[in-house]
Amino acid sequence: MNKFTEDDLKKELETKEYEYGFYTDIEADKFPVGLSEEVVIAISKKKNEPDWMTKWRLEAFKVWSEMKEPDWANVNYEKPKFQDISYYSAPVQKKKLDSLDEVDPELLKTFEKLGISIDEQKRLSNVAVDIVIDSVSVATTFKKTLNERGIIFMPISEAIQEHPELVKKYLGTIVPTTDNFYAALNSAVFSDGSFCYIPKGVTCPMELSTYFRINEGGTGQFERTLVIADKGSYVSYLEGCTAPARDENQLHAAVVELIALDDAEIKYSTVQNWFPGNKEGKGGIYNFVTKRGLCEKNAKISWTQVETGSAVTWKYPSCILKGDNSVGEFYSIAVTNNFQQADTGTKMIHLGNNTRSTIISKGVSAGKSQNSYRGLVQISPRAKNARNFSQCDSLLMGDQCGAHTFPYIECKNNSAQIEHEATTSKIGEDQLFYCNQRGIDTEKAIALIVNGFSKEVLNKLPMEFAVEAQKLLEISLEGSVG
Amino acid sequence: MDLKEKLVSSFLAFENKGGLDLDSNVHDIRLKAIQNFEDEGFPSKKDEEWRYTNLKPLLKHDFSLFPITNDAVGFKNIKDYLINEIESYTLIFIDGVFSSFLSDTTHDECDVCVISSALTRPKYKMVIDNYFNTIAKENNSLSDLNTAFTKEGAFINIPKNTIVPKPIQILNFSTGSEKEVMLQPRNLVVVGENSHVQIIERHQNLSKNTTLTNSVTEIFVHKRAIVDYYKIQNDTENSSLIDSTFVSQKMQSVASVHTYSFGGKMTRNNLEFYQEGEHITSNLNGISILNNKQHVDNHTLVNHKFPNCESHELYKGIYADKSTGVFNGKVIVQQAAQKTNAFQQNNNILIDNGATINAKPQLEIFADDVKCSHGCTIGQLDEDALFYMQSRGIPKNEAIALLLYAFGNDVVEKIKIPQLKSRISKLIAENLGVNLGFEL
Repeated sequence: MNKFTEDDLKKELETKEYEYGFYTDIEADKFPVGLSEEVVIAISKKKNEPDWMTKWRLEAFKVWSEMKEPDWANVNYEKPKFQDISYYSAPVQKKKLDSLDEVDPELLKTFEKLGISIDEQKRLSNVAVDIVIDSVSVATTFKKTLNERGIIFMPISEAIQEHPELVKKYLGTIVPTTDNFYAALNSAVFSDGSFCYIPKGVTCPMELSTYFRINEGGTGQFERTLVIADKGSYVSYLEGCTAPARDENQLHAAVVELIALDDAEIKYSTVQNWFPGNKEGKGGIYNFVTKRGLCEKNAKISWTQVETGSAVTWKYPSCILKGDNSVGEFYSIAVTNNFQQADTGTKMIHLGNNTRSTIISKGVSAGKSQNSYRGLVQISPRAKNARNFSQCDSLLMGDQCGAHTFPYIECKNNSAQIEHEATTSKIGEDQLFYCNQRGIDTEKAIALIVNGFSKEVLNKLPMEFAVEAQKLLEISLEGSVG
Repeated sequence: MDLKEKLVSSFLAFENKGGLDLDSNVHDIRLKAIQNFEDEGFPSKKDEEWRYTNLKPLLKHDFSLFPITNDAVGFKNIKDYLINEIESYTLIFIDGVFSSFLSDTTHDECDVCVISSALTRPKYKMVIDNYFNTIAKENNSLSDLNTAFTKEGAFINIPKNTIVPKPIQILNFSTGSEKEVMLQPRNLVVVGENSHVQIIERHQNLSKNTTLTNSVTEIFVHKRAIVDYYKIQNDTENSSLIDSTFVSQKMQSVASVHTYSFGGKMTRNNLEFYQEGEHITSNLNGISILNNKQHVDNHTLVNHKFPNCESHELYKGIYADKSTGVFNGKVIVQQAAQKTNAFQQNNNILIDNGATINAKPQLEIFADDVKCSHGCTIGQLDEDALFYMQSRGIPKNEAIALLLYAFGNDVVEKIKIPQLKSRISKLIAENLGVNLGFEL
C-alpha cells in the first residue's frame, strides 16, 4: 500500500475541492438577459403552453414586480441583479429524442462526469432519472415501467401539454404565486422541472430522481417540481444538483410542491451540491428555494436534505399538516465551509387533530461560514393533541464561523405537546485524541466524527444517496482543520 | 392628536417647567433621545422584536403625561404592597412623585435616594456623567422616550466594599387621580467593587383607572459585586407596563434578575445583560401565571463578549383562559467569548384552550469552544400524577393547583430573601386559587 503523505493530501485538497466544477461546451439556446412581460410570454411560447398557463405566469410576474426582495434572513450577500440574468437557456436539440442513444454525446459525457451514467443507472440501481440542464429537462429514464403502473413522471413542460387537468388543479395551490418574492419570480419564469403523479393505491416500485445542473454562465435556473401522491400511494423522490465553478454568482430559485392525499406518503430527499464559491468566497450559487408539502388525512411527508453546496442558501421545506393524524418529518444536515452562508430550517403548520411532526436539524460550520437554523412550529387553535419534537444541534470548527438558531414556536391549543432543544459545541478534543492515538489522522477523524454526528439524518436517506452524501460531507469539510 | 405627537410636543414644556438644569449634559442626552423617539416612533407589529405584542390598542388612550398628585395616600393604603416582615430601605413614588413621608432613604454607607436630586446636585455629577443613559441609549425608541422624560426614580449608589445591610424596596404607585395616566420612572443602580445589594421593585395601581408605565432601569455591577434584583408584577387589569432593564457587568460579578409576572393587562419585559469582563455569571429567572386576557412578553438578551462567562436562564409560564405568553430569549456569544457556558430553559403549560404561547429561543454563536443549549417545552400536567393525587382524596382543582405550584417552584426556590419567598409563594397560591395550608 502506498504511503499517503502530506503532499498527497495537499494535492488532493487542491483538486478535490469541488469536483463538479467543470463546464460542458454544449451549444445552448439562450435568451438575452433581462426580465419583462415579453420575456415571460416568450418563455411560455417557447414551451408551447396553453393560454391559462401564460396568464398564470403573467399574473405571477405582476405580483413579483410589486414585491420587495426579502432581507430578514441571517445572510449577507450582494443582491442579484434581476435584469442581468438570462431567464432561459437550453441545450440545443434538433428533435425530440426517443432513446438515449440519440442524446448528444457531449451531454452524455457530462452525465458520466457527474457520476450518473444513464445507461448504467438504468440497469443497476433501479432509479428513474429526470435530468434538467440549465432550464430544460433533457432525459427521463424508465418511462415505460412507470407507465405500466399508471405513474406519470415527466418534465413539467410536457405535463402541461399532456395532463393539463392535473397541473391546472394542483399547480400553485401549495405555494401560491403570491407566497414570496422568489416563488413569484419562479412562477413567472420557470421553464421546466419535474412532474410526478402516483395513482390511487400504487406504491412506486423505484426511486424517482431528478438531477439538476446549471451549465451556462449568466443564467439563472428556475425549476418547478410538482409531486402528487393520490390516496394510499407511496413515492420516494430524490433530487441532486451541481453547477460549474464560476466567478459570478448565479441564481437558483426553485419551487417544489408536494401533495399527499389521504393515506399517501411522500419521501423527498435532496442532496444539494451547487457550487459553493471558491476559498475566497467568490462565485457560487444563490440558492433561494421554496419547498412545501400538504398532508391530507393520515398522510405523511418526509423531507430529508443534505446541504453542502451554494454560496448562500435560503430554504425552508415545510409541511402543512391539514388532515387528521397526518405526519410531517424534517431531517437536515447543513454543512458550510469557507464563506458559505446557510439559513435553513422548516415550518410545521399543525391544522388537523392528532398531527405529529419531527424536526432533526444538524448544522456543521467551518472556515468563515455562517449556519442558521430558522424554524416555525405552529399549532392552530383547533389542532387537538398535536405533537412536535425538534432538535437542532450545531457543530463548530474553528473560531471564525458561526452557528445560530431562530426557532419560532406558536401554540394556541392546550392539548399540544411541544419539545424543542438545541445545543452548540465543538468537536471533542478527547474524541479527536482517541482517533489520533489509534492512527487515524485528524482530517479523517473529523470526517468520522461528523459522520457520526449526522448519522440520524444520513440514515433517513435512500441507500444510493447515503453513500454519496457521506462522501460529500467529507469533501466539504476538507481543509477545515487547523 | 396621537400619543406620539402629544409626547413630542409636550417635551419643551416639560424641560422648561420641570425646574431642570438646562446647561447640564443631561439636557443634551434628553434632546437627543426625544429626537430619536420622534424619528422612530412606537414599535409596531412589523418590527421583528414586537411581532407578538401589539401596542396599538394601548396607544389609543388619551394619557395624561403629568398627572396631578394625590397627597391623601397614607401608609395604610400601601402597606399591603410592602414586604414589611423585614427591615428595608424604601423608596416610594406616588404618581411619579417621590414621597419622602412614606420612604426610608439613607446616605450613610451608601446612597439610596432619588434620581431627581442626583441629576441636579454637583456631588453626583461624576456618577451621572459616567453612567446615566450609557447602556440604555440608542437601544429602542421606548427607552429613548423614557430618557427624554427622565425626572424621577430611584438612585442607588453603593461604594466599594459595602454590603448593604437591608434590602431596598422601590414601589411605584398610581392613584388614579386622572382617568388615563402615563408614568415614566427611571432608575439608576451603581454597585461598586465587592459590594452586595438586594433590590425589590414593584409597580402598583391603586385604582381602576388605566395606566401605562414605561420604566427604564440601568444597573452597573462592578468587579466581584453581587446584585439580586426582584421584580413583582401583580397589577390590576387596567395597568400596562413596559419595563426595560439593562445590566452591565464587570469581571467576576454575579447579577440575577428575577421577574414574577402575575397580573396586568399588558406587560413587556425587556431584559438585557452585557458582560464586560471575564468570569461573569448572569442569572435570569422568571415565572408568569396569567389568566383572563392578560398578556406578558418576556424579551431577554444575554450578550457574551468575554471568555469564561456563564449565563443561566430559566423561565416558566402557566397560561389560563385567553391569556397570551411570549418568550423571546436571545443569547449572543461573540467570537472572543470562548469557554462560555450559556444555558436557557423555557417551560410552559397551557391550561385552557384559548391561551396562547409564542416562544422564540434564539442562539447566535460566533465562538467554537462553548457549551450552549436551550430547551423549550409546551405541554400539559402529568395525567398519572393528577390521578394519583385524586385517588388519595385530593379534589381535582386542588390537585391541579398543587402540581402547577410544584411546576413553578424551581424559580421560586432561587429567591434569596426568605420573607420575599413566602410572599411570592402566597401570591402564586392565590393566583392558582388554592390554599396551600403550609408556610414555606
